[in-house]
Amino acid sequence: MNWIFENLGPIGDATLTHLELSVPPIILSFVLSVPIGWLANRFRASRAILLTIAGLLYAVPSLPLLILIPSIIGTGLRDSINVIIALTLYGMALMVRSTADALDAVDVDVKQSATAVGFSAWDRFWQVEFPLAGPILLAGLRVVVVSTVSLVTIGGVLGIGGLGLLFTDAFQRQIYSEIIAGIVIVVAIALVLDFLLVLLGRALMPWSRADRALSARARRRVVVAS
Amino acid sequence: MNPIAQTFGYILSPANWSSTASNPIGARLGEHLWYTLIALVITAVIAIPIGFAIGHTGRGRQVAVLVSGGARALPTLGVLTLFALLLGVGLEAPILSFVILAIPSVLAGAYSGFEAIDRRTIDAARAVGMTEWQIVTQVEIPLGLPLLIGGLRAAALQIVATATLAAYVGSGGLGTFIFLGLGANDFVQTAVGAVLVVALAILLEIVFSILQRLVVPAGVRAGRTSFGLVRAPRSRSAAGSPLQEGNN
Repeated sequence: MNWIFENLGPIGDATLTHLELSVPPIILSFVLSVPIGWLANRFRASRAILLTIAGLLYAVPSLPLLILIPSIIGTGLRDSINVIIALTLYGMALMVRSTADALDAVDVDVKQSATAVGFSAWDRFWQVEFPLAGPILLAGLRVVVVSTVSLVTIGGVLGIGGLGLLFTDAFQRQIYSEIIAGIVIVVAIALVLDFLLVLLGRALMPWSRADRALSARARRRVVVAS
Repeated sequence: MNPIAQTFGYILSPANWSSTASNPIGARLGEHLWYTLIALVITAVIAIPIGFAIGHTGRGRQVAVLVSGGARALPTLGVLTLFALLLGVGLEAPILSFVILAIPSVLAGAYSGFEAIDRRTIDAARAVGMTEWQIVTQVEIPLGLPLLIGGLRAAALQIVATATLAAYVGSGGLGTFIFLGLGANDFVQTAVGAVLVVALAILLEIVFSILQRLVVPAGVRAGRTSFGLVRAPRSRSAAGSPLQEGNN
């Protein structure tokens, strides 16, 4: 335990670096997945191709990816941009599927009604389909948040900053409390970001809660009636 | 010759596979597969019966969801280094951490496979006089198999990824090339390890996805590919990944 109190400064710095490396990929993968997810949902052929690529990309372990990316884009092996790119790709591998599923789940009748009352394709997407896809998008993004925060630590074995450095340092110097501190902080960051995302979802999509209460009530009514 | 070409040249050269090489590719690949297999079998033996019990009775589901969700946030490198310090050099530490990290996927695959079954199907099985044991072995397991395989697939990929890190704590596998290369500033060797791991992971992903399609029971498949007019209450088998994993 002493180690933790003596090193609060470096731990704080590592935590901040960790956040700096995990937040951009989360946002980037969400933003980039919207057009790709839309494309995946739009045509049958594009769906098969894009989702297969996403699945295979997701199967690639992160350490090899962190090693191969610099040789493709010409950055240094210990450049933190590699982590951001690799985790953005992972995030997209998850989010493209979520986005395609979320858009697919929007009721056809609702889409047709929107067209019937005069929405253009662009407006219909942003004002009708995208908001209605929100709850499933949120569920996908929550997975991305937790996995991204945890994966940033892999950069530690390459000497890239963040809480992963606590693990490599602790392993070389045999300090148990340093590893445990690292694990606890990583899990805590993941849970806090996840919680913030849920709050954001409630603020942006107040209907999804009302919806659930309503459908639960409706279900009860059906059970009682039958 | 550029580094990428050198990397593939190294992998394709038979001399680097023979047992006389300083670091034979075949041996490292064998270790990697062997760790994956042992860890997967241990995980399956622990997680499948528990998952089936949860899926069949519906009890303990909350706990299982909580455990699976929480385990997803665990940093693999942290778990691995912690056990390596606690247990010292040897196979125990990496295998134990692989198993801990892989259990949630298999557990989720086992219980969600049961849960995805239409309750009417199970009620019907009970109504025709099947015992609970028969319901589990003849109805629930076959129908839940695709999702279970999905869980095993997520677990296998997770283990292959974590096994790459095992070389960091001195346990061999394909990660050996990566860490030797990093230590010696030899990019080609590092890239050899990286390319081999990626190839292995993609191969496993493809094998498991084929397997997942093969285990869909014939009756369910027939319902899906019929002319599309008459459909069974549970027309589609639930395939795919039981939970979106996020830890490789």
